[in-house]
Amino acid sequence: MSNTEDKKLLEIKDLKVSFFTPAGEVKAVGGISYELGYGEVMGIVGESGSGKSVEAYSIMGLLQSPGKVIGGSITFEGEDVLAYNKNQLIDFRGNKVSMIFQNPMTCLNPVYTIGNQLTEALRAHNKEISAADANKKSMEMLEFVGINNVEKRMKQFPHEFSGGMRQRVMIAMGLICSPKLLIADEPTTALDVTIQAQILELMKDLQKKTRMGIIFITHNLGVVAEICDKVSVMYAGKIVEQGLVNDIFYKPAHPYTIGLLRSMPRVDADEYERLIPIEGTPVDMLNTPSGCPFAPRCEKCMQVCLKRMPPYVELGNGHRSACWLRVQEEMNKKEEQANG
Amino acid sequence: MDNKMLLQVQELRKYFPVKGVKGPGVQAVEGVSLEIKKGETLGLVGESGCGKTTLGRTILRLYEPTSGRIVYDGNTIYDSGNFDIPALDKEGKKLLDKDGKPLTKKSKKTSADMLQYRRRMQIIFQDPSASLDPRMTVGEIIGEAIDIHKLAGSKAERTEMIKSLLDDVGLNTEHANRFPHEFSGGQQQRVGIARALAVKPEFIVCDEPISALDVSIQSQIVNMLEDLQSNLGLTYLFIAHDLSVVRHISNRIGVMYLGTLVELGESYELNRRPLHPYTKTLLSAVPVPDPEKSRAKRRIVLEGDIPSPMNPPAGCRFHTRCPYAMPICKQEVPAFKEYEKGHWAACHLLEK
Repeated sequence: MSNTEDKKLLEIKDLKVSFFTPAGEVKAVGGISYELGYGEVMGIVGESGSGKSVEAYSIMGLLQSPGKVIGGSITFEGEDVLAYNKNQLIDFRGNKVSMIFQNPMTCLNPVYTIGNQLTEALRAHNKEISAADANKKSMEMLEFVGINNVEKRMKQFPHEFSGGMRQRVMIAMGLICSPKLLIADEPTTALDVTIQAQILELMKDLQKKTRMGIIFITHNLGVVAEICDKVSVMYAGKIVEQGLVNDIFYKPAHPYTIGLLRSMPRVDADEYERLIPIEGTPVDMLNTPSGCPFAPRCEKCMQVCLKRMPPYVELGNGHRSACWLRVQEEMNKKEEQANG
Repeated sequence: MDNKMLLQVQELRKYFPVKGVKGPGVQAVEGVSLEIKKGETLGLVGESGCGKTTLGRTILRLYEPTSGRIVYDGNTIYDSGNFDIPALDKEGKKLLDKDGKPLTKKSKKTSADMLQYRRRMQIIFQDPSASLDPRMTVGEIIGEAIDIHKLAGSKAERTEMIKSLLDDVGLNTEHANRFPHEFSGGQQQRVGIARALAVKPEFIVCDEPISALDVSIQSQIVNMLEDLQSNLGLTYLFIAHDLSVVRHISNRIGVMYLGTLVELGESYELNRRPLHPYTKTLLSAVPVPDPEKSRAKRRIVLEGDIPSPMNPPAGCRFHTRCPYAMPICKQEVPAFKEYEKGHWAACHLLEK
């Protein structure tokens, strides 16, 4: 194992991002922390508006005004990303980290050919490469993501590709500078299940071949179960539960995670069972509650939940959950040990 | 659920002509026949572009059919002519021939005035924010339907109706004065449902009503649709691409591929023992929210993409992507047959 393997690929500590809107401060990300190793896939799950995309944008340095990182740190291979200047950021994006987005049609330029856009990505980050080499590398990359007939495909425009093929092009573009970290923001949400299955197979395959770290943002728990090693469950800008994928699915410790898992019809269920929804509506991010953000919708809500944000309780194997119920259990356990 | 047939669709076709292109254009729906019983939910699944939404809208005649026959509650609302229908005498009894078999006659071209049926057949759209007028209050949106069909005798009655509709879908009375943008996605969909319910319909086409919603909200809406169905005796055509939700809510499921119905069956039966290769693929492609099961699962990954409905493959439309395609599949369109009781499919593999 080399030295770089010992280091964490990405470490986020207490990251806080706010949007300063005319209506007030929106605390889109309210202090989240996690680590990602080489070759690991971290799933970030949450509803729309829970801050999962904003968090990814801040890693890439893509936050736009009125959004601002107001606290915490992002460390990539031991370097502080937030302290990067413009040139360092340009080098960082593409070469070290790249991102694929939800809607491939809006991310590809309709008036340039696919080949043009792929080589542009390559040459922007590698000034020395010749046009012929760039072309060759682009074609290899397209083949790598499972596109046939690449010579013809290179000369085609985005509208000549189907949705699944466009997403493959996006992935090729993201991987063309061999990044160490890939951020995938809902890469399969706009696709059909059969195409989603193709893309998931492709990503699993690529991940095995390249050993890159992947942050996989999605709201689909089925996709998470399939592709991720670790999961962070976000609610209203906070990570409410975090852990290995099996712990999250088989031993969920936060009422929100439990509720999410319970509210979905299971494709392997063999007879009708009524769904158990999470009542209420998502939090208004302009007026987040002072206590646990999930408290107003939680069926096990207690007095303390409305007043103060619960601390994380460690449950072993990096599994941790921010819920007063777990805090209470922990205290009871300690008391028992002291007494007996 | 009684066994009375509410809706009967025969050989329905909907082509969209394309400018500058010879031939029929986009063949969005190609000869679909199905029946929906009173009080039941029929689910429709398929990839985007398979024609499930077009089918739903053509049944409501929001799109004018190219050909086919639609019978709603015994009344023909559309007929392109030349279908075999039972011959009736003046009292409405079936005429029999000498051997006691029912006589048939050819149907006439019919096109009913839809306004009276609009009250009975409604639709809930996929994108709640796009389907609600941003400049109308929720009360106006719901009230408009009541006004068009003159369902309220007085202003007080109208207000009362709007109030009770909002209550039915889990919103407050004061919400009537708000505009759509003041609601979350889930609440907007509730407004969309209240609007559809305002005219006291019997039949509702639910066109991907929960796809645009967050996971935690989806189950709220699904449960509400189920409650409304049992309270008001509604019949649903539930269109979605999420197989697990469709199977949950539907009594029967129809699977569509490129404009044709490839399989139709009771929902859990179809899930347990899918007959058509496409249904099998679709089932295997759905990610299961269970890490061990989903990683152990063997998945059939389809090669390629759905072909263009402007130029669909000859024979079985699925043959270009089917892992079991045989020579016959390229030449002959497989017949849609009942292979087990109530379980229909169209595939040459099953013929053997």
